[in-house]
Formats: sequence, structure tokens, C-alpha cells
Amino acid sequence: MKIVDALAPAAVGLAVLGGWEGLVRLYGVPPYVLPGPVAIAHALAEDWPLLSGSLLVTLRIALLALLLAVSLGGLLAVAFAQSRWVERAFFPYAVVLQVTPVVAIAPLILIWVDDVTLSLLICAWIVAFFPVLSNTVLGLNSADRNHVELFRLYGASRWQTLWLLRLPGALPFFLAGLRVAGGLALIGAVVAEFVAGAGGAGSGLAFRILEAGYQLKIPRLFAALALISALGIAIFAALGLVQHLLLRRWHESAMQPEG
Amino acid sequence: MTLVALDGVGKRFASGTEALAGIDLRIGAGEFLAILGPSGCGKSTLLRLIAGLAEPSSGRITRQASRQVGFVFQEATLLPWSDAITNVRLPLRLAGIDRAEQEARAAAALDQVGLRGFERAYPRELSGGMRMRVSIARALVTRPSLLLMDEPFAALDELTRHRLNDDLLALWAGSGVTVVFVTHSVFESVYLASRILVMATRPGRVAAELAMEAPAPRPTGFRTSAEYAALCRATTEALEGAMAQ
Ligand SMILES: Nc1ncnc2c1ncn2[C@@H]1O[C@H](COP(=O)(O)OP(=O)(O)OP(=O)(O)O)[C@@H](O)[C@H]1O
Ligand SMILES: [Mg+2]
Repeated sequence: MKIVDALAPAAVGLAVLGGWEGLVRLYGVPPYVLPGPVAIAHALAEDWPLLSGSLLVTLRIALLALLLAVSLGGLLAVAFAQSRWVERAFFPYAVVLQVTPVVAIAPLILIWVDDVTLSLLICAWIVAFFPVLSNTVLGLNSADRNHVELFRLYGASRWQTLWLLRLPGALPFFLAGLRVAGGLALIGAVVAEFVAGAGGAGSGLAFRILEAGYQLKIPRLFAALALISALGIAIFAALGLVQHLLLRRWHESAMQPEG
Repeated sequence: MTLVALDGVGKRFASGTEALAGIDLRIGAGEFLAILGPSGCGKSTLLRLIAGLAEPSSGRITRQASRQVGFVFQEATLLPWSDAITNVRLPLRLAGIDRAEQEARAAAALDQVGLRGFERAYPRELSGGMRMRVSIARALVTRPSLLLMDEPFAALDELTRHRLNDDLLALWAGSGVTVVFVTHSVFESVYLASRILVMATRPGRVAAELAMEAPAPRPTGFRTSAEYAALCRATTEALEGAMAQ
């Protein structure tokens, strides 16, 4: 990426933050209504030991959920691709799981599963796995007809066709799903924690937001919010990098324009 | 010796289209057979039947058991995520041949089509003609006794096509492979083939068969010779006759 490409959004960001701080000071808005960026940065620095611990907790749940979503979603997709019958029989249930709002199931899961971390993980997984599953199924079924015939002509086994043709062909679809799933895993983790509302040593950022709200520590609330956003952006960017590295040699989506 | 024999072969698709009817054809070892016909007359369908990629809905196809088929599709049909040499060694990989031999034979096949030094290039990084040559190398790597080609050069410019025509002829003359070559170009079929099958459409059937008696490795300047012109005229007349039927 060229420097200029990074400069433009950075300039916009700085301008917005500057305007925000200016307006807050100009109208003397109290920090418990709307703190300025400086106050938020201050809170972030001051509460860093507390917030960084929560950041790690949330990050861990989101990443574990993503890992589960990738492995289970991917495996399920391969199973679906093996037979139309399996796909028809099970796909509707995956859709049911997807369209049910996680806020609605989270209380149930919290009741059924004793361990809070585990129930958060399950909630985040439910939100994250569907894009991986549906994209990978689509990718596995999108193999070029001529390629399929080529494999048949040379006597490829089912396994060889899966491994050498369908899976590599599904990779761009899978990665697109993964990128969406990365953001959703974080959302799922945060929403579930809001519902759980559990405190203690192992609390994530969502609980810090709730807690700061009760205690009217609004700058800290904003600091936790900023950390969630930063985490989401970092996950998205990291998965984008993975996507680019895996596809750059052959897929249109990862090509640099010539010239 | 007959490699493949078709007796009264017909093909009707589920949609009701009668693509082929009453095809009788013997493909002899070592010949270069061109299948010539207008678009939609069933050339590709016929080639797929010969390859065993589809089953006839009537009639019988008998194939010699020991044949090894190479198929070149109308498009290069390379795997975009694999580099040239990996694409070429795919048939060997599928046959479970060991890695070192795969690499050696694939490299030799790429060399044969003039692509030495492009082993690690991805399809995206190759021109259309180079991609087609990779595809031909992939068909050659199994040392097929029967090479089936579906308008392999249709998308290429004339100069490249002429060069690949000559390369193909040299290969055919040198290796004794049997070639079935689908084309809609009269000039290409006359230049290449030892026998031309002219097809008529709706339903697809054999309208005429022409033997080309020109010397097998075409002499230089053949494209501009009177003999070539005469053969092209005769073939064009046969094709026009087929289309008027
Ligand atoms: N899978 C299919 N299902 C139904 N009809 C088909 C199918 N494949 C081919 N056809 C029909 O069979 C006929 C012959 O098709 P085919 O592709 O063999 O023609 P062709 O001679 O190769 O044409 P072209 O020169 O344009 O490639 C056409 O009318 C086509 O519509
Ligand atoms: Mg065709």
C-alpha cells in the first residue's frame, strides 16, 4: 500500500478527533455525558492494567470462537459437499442457528453451561460459524465443470478430487467467509458477555463497559469501546493479510493492478 | 488397427435435444482425424463420447483396452492455483506415479511445447497461447496413444495458431500418436489432418469424409501451394453441401 493511501484516512480520523475535542471544550460538555478524546486517552492510560487484562480475555474468546468456527464450519462444509442429501438434511438447521439472535439464546446457554467462559465461547461460535460454513459450501460446489471432467478423465478418486480440486477452489470463498466470521466472533463474544454480565477477575471488555456505566466512569467506558473497535479492526486486517498472502499468486481478488 | 469404433451412435440430451444420430466411425491407430462442422453440430459431444466422458443414448462404442487418452479442452482449463509444472504433472499425480518421475516428465513435456523456463509461472502470468501450450503439455505427459483436442487453437491469433499447428504435426509425425482434432476451420483441418470428417447439423451426423493425400510432414510453403488451395476448395464444397442438407 502506498503511504498516501494510509495518509487520507489518518487525516480524516485526526480531523474528527480534533473537532470532537474542540466542540467538547467549546460547549463545556461534562465528561460524564461525553468525554473528549483527550480524557478518553487519559482514562485508557490510567486504567490500562485493568483494561488490557479484559482486552486479552475478549481477544482470547473471539479467537477461540473463530478457530472453532473455522474448524467445525469447514468440516461441516466438506461433509455437506460429499452428498446433496446430507446438505439438504442439515443445512436448514444451520440456518436456524444463524437467524436466531444470539441475545435470545445466550441466557439459555448460560443456564445450561456452568462455565461462563465456555458459554461465551459457544455464543461467539454460533454467530461466527455460519459465514464460514455457507461460503465454503458454495466454494466446494463451484468447481469448474471442465476441471471436474478433467479429473474424471484421469481417473481421480473422490478424495483426490476433493483435495486437489474442490478444496483449493473453495479457498477464496472460505477466506471471504473467514473475514466476516472474524468480526462476528468478536461481536458474539461481546454480546454474550453483556448478557452474562458476570464480573470478576476473568471479565472481558463488555463487562468493563457495563461496570463503567454503573460507576459513571464514562471516559473508561469510551476507552473500553475504543479497544473493542481497535480489536475488531486488527482482526479484520490480520485476516485480510492472510487472505492476501494465500491468494496473491493466483486469484483475481488479490491482484495488484498493473502500472 | 482400430482404437475406437462407433456403431450407430446417437446422443439425446435430457432436454430433448438430439445432438447426434447414427454416427459410424472407426478411428485407426496413427491417423490424424479432423472433425469439421458448423457451430452446434455436436462436435464437442462426439469428442466427449469418444473420450468416455459421456455415454451414448443409442448405439455402441468399443474402445481398445490399452489406450491412454489425452484431452485438450477448448479453453486451457488449467488449475489457477497451481504453477505450470504442477498443472502438467496433474495426470501423473492422479495416477499415483512417484514425485520425482512426475517432475521429470512434466518438465520434459513443457520443454516439448517450448515452455522451458516457465515451470514456476502461474496461469495468470502466461499469455493465452502459452496457457494453451501448458494444456497440451498436460495432455502429452501421460504419453497418450489417443489425443483428443476440442478446438484447441480457436482463441489464438493466426501466427500463433500456425506455429502450434506445425508443432502439433511434428509431434504427431514423431510419436505415432492418434489425434482427433475438432475444428470449425476448413484451412486448419486441411493443413493438419490425414482424414476429415465433415458433419451436418440437427441432428449431428456425418455428411462427408475426405482423405487428405498431402505428404504427412507438410512441406514448407504448403500453406500457399496450389495443392493446399485445391484441397481447401474441395473441403469447403463438402462443408457447404453438408450445411445445405
Ligand atoms: N449438456 C447439454 N445439455 C443439453 N443440450 C446440450 C448439452 N451439451 C450440448 N447440447 C446441445 O447439443 C448440440 C451440440 O452441442 P456441441 O457442444 O456438441 O456442439 P459443437 O459442434 O461442439 O458446437 P461449437 O462449435 O459451437 O462448440 C447443441 O445443440 C447443444 O445445444
Ligand atoms: Mg464445441
